[in-house]
Amino acid sequence: MFNEEFVLGCSAIGAGLAVIAGIGPGIGQGIAAGHAAAAVGRNPGAKSEITSTMLLGQAVAETTGLYGLLIAMLLLFVKPLV
Amino acid sequence: MGQGLLLSGSNVDFMIHGICEYSFFGHKVWITTTHVCLLIVLLVLCTFAILAGRKMKHASDVPTGFQNVVELIVEKLDGMVKSVMGKNAKKMANYIGTIFIFILISNISGLFGLRPPTADYGVTLPLGIITFALIRFYQFKCNKPSAIWKDMCSPLPPWLPIWFPINIISEIAVPISLSLRLFANVLSGTVMMALIYGLLQIVAYAWPGALHVYFDLFSGAIQTYVFCMLTMTYVNNQMGEEA
Repeated sequence: MFNEEFVLGCSAIGAGLAVIAGIGPGIGQGIAAGHAAAAVGRNPGAKSEITSTMLLGQAVAETTGLYGLLIAMLLLFVKPLV
Repeated sequence: MGQGLLLSGSNVDFMIHGICEYSFFGHKVWITTTHVCLLIVLLVLCTFAILAGRKMKHASDVPTGFQNVVELIVEKLDGMVKSVMGKNAKKMANYIGTIFIFILISNISGLFGLRPPTADYGVTLPLGIITFALIRFYQFKCNKPSAIWKDMCSPLPPWLPIWFPINIISEIAVPISLSLRLFANVLSGTVMMALIYGLLQIVAYAWPGALHVYFDLFSGAIQTYVFCMLTMTYVNNQMGEEA
């Protein structure tokens, strides 16, 4: 029905829209880092534990953004719709 | 069309390439760059392990040089497992140590010009499936069937298994999300570095070093830590406090 160029162009737009998913993890990681900074301010002795807990939580929170990235990569390079 | 259209006039390259093809019971199967890089990583690890084993056979009471390094690695890994799993650490320390070293070396192998083996879903999915199998194994080993049934119907009472299918789905999501997280992180680093080297090669002289530190070393180490941490937490939940 549509030619290949049209579908590829729409795939590129879709890939661009998919990486908007990066907003969510960005906000979430920022909140986590802010709270970790506050916790270090309150209890400087526990700095190493707070840092490792924060990094673990952030890496898990990052997953949703990476799903968006994966969808974008699939649309651009695997081209399932063409 | 396609990739050539999107990245015309450049030599961006981060895909998996086939090296040679052979026939496996009538299927066409490719030996890819992932296999080769995986083999190199395994050879490096095996060489290190053999050297370390030979050194530790004649270990001295006061460690020096290489023996120091080996003891430090083993102590750190055991300490990490112990801090999460407590009493159950002995059962899992070997496995967690092995996959920690393997994933770490795989992730940072991008620094040495290889394509990281973990940037292939065929490598990370088996790791996730092994974790899933371990969780299920210890669930049936350490819990009674009635306790497992009660746990699977968890928010509602055990005689009303409406929540059961939803719990099944959330259990199946564990290996998928574990493997996709590792895969997507390493892949995004690989793609970024390929884009920078491919599209900006005229200006990219000094600063890719900083990006390598972030995408390969930092991100790789964090994702290794996360993978091992989550595996340990899931398995430890099933083992319970005693045992």
